[in-house]
Amino acid sequence: MSDALFEYALRMGDNCLILGHRVSEWCGHSPALEEDIALANTALDLIGQTQLWLGLAGEIEGKGRSADDLAFLRDARAFRNLLLVERPNVDFAHTLVREVLFDVWHFHTLGALKGSSDARVSAIAEKALKEVSYHLQRSADLTIRLGDGTQESHDKMQAALNALWPYVGEMFLQDEVDAELADSGVGPALGVVKPLWDGDMRRLLDQATLKWPDIAHVQKGGKAGVHTEALGFVLADMQFLQRAYPGAKW
Amino acid sequence: MVNAMVDVETRPSEAQIWAWLDEVPDPEIPVISLVDLGIIRDVAWAGETLEVTVTPTYSGCPATSIINLDILAALRERGLEKIELKRRLSPAWTTAWISQKGREKLRAFGIAPPVEGTAACGIGALETPEVACPHCGSKATRRVSQFGSTPCKANWVCNDCGEPFDYFKCI
Repeated sequence: MSDALFEYALRMGDNCLILGHRVSEWCGHSPALEEDIALANTALDLIGQTQLWLGLAGEIEGKGRSADDLAFLRDARAFRNLLLVERPNVDFAHTLVREVLFDVWHFHTLGALKGSSDARVSAIAEKALKEVSYHLQRSADLTIRLGDGTQESHDKMQAALNALWPYVGEMFLQDEVDAELADSGVGPALGVVKPLWDGDMRRLLDQATLKWPDIAHVQKGGKAGVHTEALGFVLADMQFLQRAYPGAKW
Repeated sequence: MVNAMVDVETRPSEAQIWAWLDEVPDPEIPVISLVDLGIIRDVAWAGETLEVTVTPTYSGCPATSIINLDILAALRERGLEKIELKRRLSPAWTTAWISQKGREKLRAFGIAPPVEGTAACGIGALETPEVACPHCGSKATRRVSQFGSTPCKANWVCNDCGEPFDYFKCI
C-alpha cells in the first residue's frame, strides 16, 4: 500500500512539476502581458502543488528525500508524469490545448481525491482543487474564444488538438497502482474520471467549434517512467544547477 | 537553561500572542497583518512550547517561507524561545477568513477586497462580481485579467477614474 501511494504521489507531483516547468517557459514571451502573468501564476501554483505531492512521496518513502531531492536529483526513467505534460510548448495553441486537456483531468481527479481515505491526500487535493478551478476556468474560456475565433485561431487550435490527442489516452490507462489505491479508497475509483472528462470535453469542443479528433492510438509510458525525448531537455534545463553545484542554496 | 524555562504562571497568554501576531505584517501586502489574513489558525501552549498553526494561502505562494520566519522573529523578539510552527492544509485557506479590519485596510491600500461566493468552480462563465474601485468608489469597473501581480490577485480597471487596480480574488 505504501509503495503504491509513493508511486501515486510521484505521478501527481511529477505531472505538476513538468507542466509547471513547461508553462513557466512562457514567462516573458507570451503573446500578451495578461497571458504572461496568467501563465506565470499557473506555473507557480503547479510548482507549489509539486512541493506538496513530492513532499508526501518523500515522507512515505521514509529515506529522507525531500521534495527538492526528488525534483532535482532523479533521472528521466524515474519520472512518472504523463507524456502529455512534457510535450513542448510549440505555440500558444499547443500550450493552451495541452493545458485544457490536462486541467479537465486534473480538476476531476482532485475532486475524487478530496474524498480520499488518506487524510494527507485529501488535504492536498482540497487545497490544489481551489487553484486548479482557476486554471480550468481560464483554459476552458480561452479554448472557446480561440476555437470559435478567427479562421486562423480556429485552425491553430484544431491542429494542436489533433497533435496532442494521442497523449490523452494515457490519462485514463489504469494499472495495478491505480487499482490498489482504488481498492483502499485512497485513490479515485477506477473509471470514475473518464466519463466526466469526456462529457466536459465534448461540450467544450462543441462550444469552441472544434472537432473531436478521430485518432484512436495512444502514446503511453510516462506513468511507468518511459518518456519521450522531450523530458530529457526539460530535466537538463531544470536540474542543471543542482547537478553542477550539488547542494547549492538560494 | 533556567532562562529558557517558561513558567506556566507567567508565560504570555494565548490572547497576548494573538495580539502580537496581529502586529506582524503580511510580507506581500504589509498593510494587513497575518491575523487579518486569516492564516494563523491556532495558538496553543503545549507544555513549554508554543505551537502556532499556520495555513498557506496559495500552495506556491513564495511569501509562505518568509511568513514563517517573520512569525518566529516576532515571537523571539518578545522573549519566546520554544516555538513550533505547524502547517495545516485542511480546511484549505479561504478569503472568507480575511477579517473585516483587514478588508478595510486592503481597500485603503488600493486593493479591492474579495467578494465572497465568487470563487472559480472550473468550466463555466467567469462570474463578474460587483467590485467597487478602491480609488474613487465607482462600481463601474471591469476585469482585465483573472490573474494579477500575485497568485491571490486579479487585474481590474475603473471605467470612471480610469485607474487600474488589484482585486483580491475569492478562493
